[in-house]
Amino acid sequence: MTDLTRLTLAAARAGLKAKEFTSSELTGAYLNAIEGGNSKLNAYVAVTGERAQAQARASDARLAAGQGGPLEGIPLGIKDLFATKGVHTQAASHILDAFKPEYESSVTSNLWRDGAVMLGKLNMDEFAMGSSNETSYYGPVINPWRANNSNAQLVPGGSSGGSAAAVSAWLCAAATATDTGGSIRQPAALTGTVGIKPTYGRCSRWGVVAFASSLDQAGPIARTVEDAAIMMTSMSGFDPKDSTSVDLAVPDFAAAVERGVKGLVIGIPREYRMDGMPAEIEALWQQGIAWLKAEGATVRDISLPHTKYALPAYYIVAPAEASSNLARYDGVKYGLRDTGKDITDLYELTRADGFGREVKRRIMIGTYVLSAGYYDAYYVQAQKVRTLIKRDFEIVFNDGVDAVLTPATPSAAFGIGDEDMKADPVKMYLNDVFTVTVNMAGLPGIAVPAGKDGAGLPLGLQLIGKPFDEETLFAAGRVIERSAGIDFSPDKWW
Amino acid sequence: MSVDAATVKRIGRLARIRIEEGEVETYRTELNTILGFVEQLGEVDVSGVEPMTSVMPMTLRRREDKVTDGGYPEKIVANAPLTEDNFFMVPKVVE
Repeated sequence: MTDLTRLTLAAARAGLKAKEFTSSELTGAYLNAIEGGNSKLNAYVAVTGERAQAQARASDARLAAGQGGPLEGIPLGIKDLFATKGVHTQAASHILDAFKPEYESSVTSNLWRDGAVMLGKLNMDEFAMGSSNETSYYGPVINPWRANNSNAQLVPGGSSGGSAAAVSAWLCAAATATDTGGSIRQPAALTGTVGIKPTYGRCSRWGVVAFASSLDQAGPIARTVEDAAIMMTSMSGFDPKDSTSVDLAVPDFAAAVERGVKGLVIGIPREYRMDGMPAEIEALWQQGIAWLKAEGATVRDISLPHTKYALPAYYIVAPAEASSNLARYDGVKYGLRDTGKDITDLYELTRADGFGREVKRRIMIGTYVLSAGYYDAYYVQAQKVRTLIKRDFEIVFNDGVDAVLTPATPSAAFGIGDEDMKADPVKMYLNDVFTVTVNMAGLPGIAVPAGKDGAGLPLGLQLIGKPFDEETLFAAGRVIERSAGIDFSPDKWW
Repeated sequence: MSVDAATVKRIGRLARIRIEEGEVETYRTELNTILGFVEQLGEVDVSGVEPMTSVMPMTLRRREDKVTDGGYPEKIVANAPLTEDNFFMVPKVVE
């Protein structure tokens, strides 16, 4: 029998429907793969085997009766940021020790409604703060990819590093993830997987542990563009419990995948040609342009003049919102509690003990930029710059551009414990230089694997779309995927 | 603008995060690195630009003012480290 874990989500779904195998068999194959590989990859922080098997049996009953939803019997991994009722939900933080919510996030509810099976909760950077998955309380996730002729361990990117690694290493058919500054697209690019951050408001934030509420958005990581589209259709939808959820019909995203790019205008922003950008990234970008042209798209040079200010503005807005959102972890309502001589002492000791270094650094920055006397100079200035960043995109879209093509990351996967990045937090932040503009403007963005660097590591391209036009991103992303024609399967060493 | 040791301690207090004496210098250096990086925003001409309040144009939805949820205090306190009779327990605040 073929290895069921190697099937795409679309192929697994077809196989289940045709009764070639059962969800119990498929789920069992994934649980075996997790059992065999997770101690080396550290992608899952909790495995829910019994629940998965029970869900699979229920799916099999529905499938046998010719019923079932669009994800019936498909085993998924869920980022630890999503509240799952009665199951480990700790945002990979010490401060949420033993937290098991009494409720289910809207996005995961949608997935179970559509028949999906939960394999477990996936590792991530603590509170989604990081670009290498090294800030997790549970230790780093290891990228299934290694450079040619090397055993050195690489990061899978972050913050959705567990999601990306699990999808790439066949430890789930697809995964949920979240993206505040690039946390879906950067790890997808570093693991040869497809990740899409939908338009702000497309997926409900209800029941997703909050980091920076005006930027956070859930989305899928999957092995193909089509799989990502299938996941997105189930995850999306209006939710009255999220005040910024948008009341808009959800298209069948998978139906747009083979639409092609004929007649589309693709913008190439000159500001994304950064100083010191590796030649391989530039070459990949040019290759992407050539592929889209060959399929009938028109390519146009454009300018997004405020691009370079997106990352510094992000490092004011995101920490400011985080310092407010993370005020709720106080040792009283849930999670870790240290003993203090009075209530303030209890707060201060619990938070010093429960948060990791990167989280504390960001809370401190956020507290500072919101404090009396600095609010206008930092926070209001950053929000004005944010208006300008969004306006840059509005101008090019109004000018007839349908989507924007850029590199996804400034480099391929780097080593665990990179000394330069450890010494200077800003160096780590620069990983998100191409992705963060999209969050600042609330737009959809997809990362698609498009090539490999000299060491054989995957590299991705990013497409940025108009608000609520994810369909164009799936169509153009599919053209890149098909034109590249590369098998993005890592050599199994785990 | 840059922060000094006293400011680091003051921010720690505002954020309710205990900063030990031995950590102050590291925080000071790291915060100044980040503040140095964001300083470049000052060069952007923002005259006449409104600060962003909502990334998607929308007015906040309103709903009827009625109770739609609740009535399960035991669930609310289920994850609390210390509770009594469905109340959160904290050290004495008022003498």
